[in-house]
Amino acid sequence: MNVRVVAVDEATRIAAIIEDCRHLEGPMLPILHKVQAEFGYIPEGAKQIIAEALNLSRAEVHGVVTFYHDFKDHPAGRHTLKLCRAEACQSMGGDALAERAKAKLGLGWHETAADGSVTLEPVFCLGLCAQAPAAMFDGELYARLDEDCLNDIVAEVRA
Amino acid sequence: MSVPETITVFVPRDAAALAVGADKVAAAIEREAKARNRDVHIVRNGSRGMLWLEVLVEVRTDHGRVAYGPVRAADVPSLFEAGFLAGGDHPLCHGLTSEIPFLKNQTRLTFSRCGITDPLSLEDYRHYKGLTGLQKAVAMPPADIVKQVTDSGLRGRGGAGFPTGIKWKTVADATADQKYIVCNADEGDSGTFADRMIMEGDPFVLIEGMAIAGIAVGATKGYVYTRSEYPHAIAIMEEAIAIARREGILGPSVLGSAYAFDMEVRMGAGAYVCGEETSLLNSLEGKRGIVRAKPPLPALQGLFGKPTVVNNVMSLASIPVIMDRGAEFYRDYGVGRSHGTIPIQLAGNLKHGGLYETAFGLTLGELVNEIGGGTVSGRPVKAVQVGGPLGAYFPPALFDTVFDYEAFTAAGGLIGHAGIVVFDDSVDMLKQARFAMEFCAVESCGKCTPCRIGSTRGVETVDKIARGIEPEKNKVLLEDLCNTMKFGSLCALGGFTPYPVMSAMTHFPQDFAPAPVREAAE
Repeated sequence: MNVRVVAVDEATRIAAIIEDCRHLEGPMLPILHKVQAEFGYIPEGAKQIIAEALNLSRAEVHGVVTFYHDFKDHPAGRHTLKLCRAEACQSMGGDALAERAKAKLGLGWHETAADGSVTLEPVFCLGLCAQAPAAMFDGELYARLDEDCLNDIVAEVRA
Repeated sequence: MSVPETITVFVPRDAAALAVGADKVAAAIEREAKARNRDVHIVRNGSRGMLWLEVLVEVRTDHGRVAYGPVRAADVPSLFEAGFLAGGDHPLCHGLTSEIPFLKNQTRLTFSRCGITDPLSLEDYRHYKGLTGLQKAVAMPPADIVKQVTDSGLRGRGGAGFPTGIKWKTVADATADQKYIVCNADEGDSGTFADRMIMEGDPFVLIEGMAIAGIAVGATKGYVYTRSEYPHAIAIMEEAIAIARREGILGPSVLGSAYAFDMEVRMGAGAYVCGEETSLLNSLEGKRGIVRAKPPLPALQGLFGKPTVVNNVMSLASIPVIMDRGAEFYRDYGVGRSHGTIPIQLAGNLKHGGLYETAFGLTLGELVNEIGGGTVSGRPVKAVQVGGPLGAYFPPALFDTVFDYEAFTAAGGLIGHAGIVVFDDSVDMLKQARFAMEFCAVESCGKCTPCRIGSTRGVETVDKIARGIEPEKNKVLLEDLCNTMKFGSLCALGGFTPYPVMSAMTHFPQDFAPAPVREAAE
């Protein structure tokens, strides 16, 4: 596979997403969410294509992409573990649990394992504040998170 | 042989229930019922808000709904053994749901249906008095709707407490070819989940409230801006909007009237500051979520420069009951200038955490110790943060503070979105003050200097105090910095971060003592 073919394929997929969202008022965020869902991150090349379609400069699109925590500039691991770091989870030992998760996975915040198995992200509130600590693992919510639950998650990552 | 009776079992689909295995519980009930040849109809309702009991399974009996919780999938066979389908006794049984004190003592106006109905059943919604407010609204002159909302005394439930009716009147009086209703569902404050619960448990009430707002001010388009951290709320809202459109509640002719109103859900992208209304508007427009200077007010130049009502979910979800029961009815609840009910969210280190809707006027102590049941850890309460990451920390000495807008302002705090996070005595308040500054630094939009630079300097200054570097001088400096942020920031992020920092320093000076003393005390 040569690089140019990949780029052409990427551009086609991005163009289709833009076409899909064009009718919306303020289509930028919906487009970026779909691009992120499609590729797992916002490819550098997407910015120019989106800019041209929306009559913006590439810098403006870059500015939007980099403003929001959700948009990534590189792919995440096969699994993503998001641990809540906000106050309600802190009140139930969330910080200590997060430290243990970091040690078990051998990762810091925003890091991806060398084997690409998992990415560890902080999240500030999942709205499960009466059942803290909370986490989101591959889109699934976990409340009243404890050591056992954490071990299960780590085992799944290693599987 | 008689036809076996169908028994209705409720297993919530609220994220709070899903996060503790509700889907597995529902599947186990289905499996077990099949194995025992029992005809069971499972309704996936919203949450009742008693979150320490999730997964809260209910069975409909002749006497009312009987509650079991917290149920795990492994408990299901024993529930069947105990005859739970007939309301039989079991260690997890709590009797009739409506008689559980936590629920019984509430005044549920906004959350009247939440947890009772199937959130996506319009039939259920209608059965429990849904759409009567909208029916009245379409038959009224729009100015009368605005007057009714004004007379109800409803104030913005998002935090600022601005009178909703006055905001609506400004938009109604503006002339424009297009106006918008924007629902701020960017519920980013830790300790809050009321918006999420109503979107997942009774989405039609928000749709109805937004449609009424649209008719009142002459807006034909609405947006619900919510968080990417709330995937379940987004899915249910979108499904409910599609149903409402199909049934003529939304669209070119709302309930067959001459009014048009339609709406859609938009997802944020993990920026806390987008809960600030002008930042939210920029984000909706597809820009960086940078705060705008006010004026111009969003009511006059809001989304795409058009007159826009920006209201919190709770404000909009309170509109249908106000239209249905009348301004007087709603206004009669509450104390002083805080009218109506407020859904208080009890969170953190509490035995009985959950959603408690009540009239304004309870004290903080009643909420934490009596309704919340004290800490789950069993240790003494040390601090309570009210109003999210920008709210003040209260010590038990201030537990007689009455829960209303004015009393909290007078006590140096704010009720914000009415989230209460309880900490036991293991919390280090210097660390919490540092976290408040750190959070502000991470989430600052960067537009104004006090917030952008002040928060980073704040983290450094707290660190110096922690290390015992000229602590007295640095405490004065931190206070000065807080003043600059409070009075010099463009929005509540930089402007309110001083609340948790200053309250921590004022009420818990022992945690800010020089390092050697701190260590000696431990």
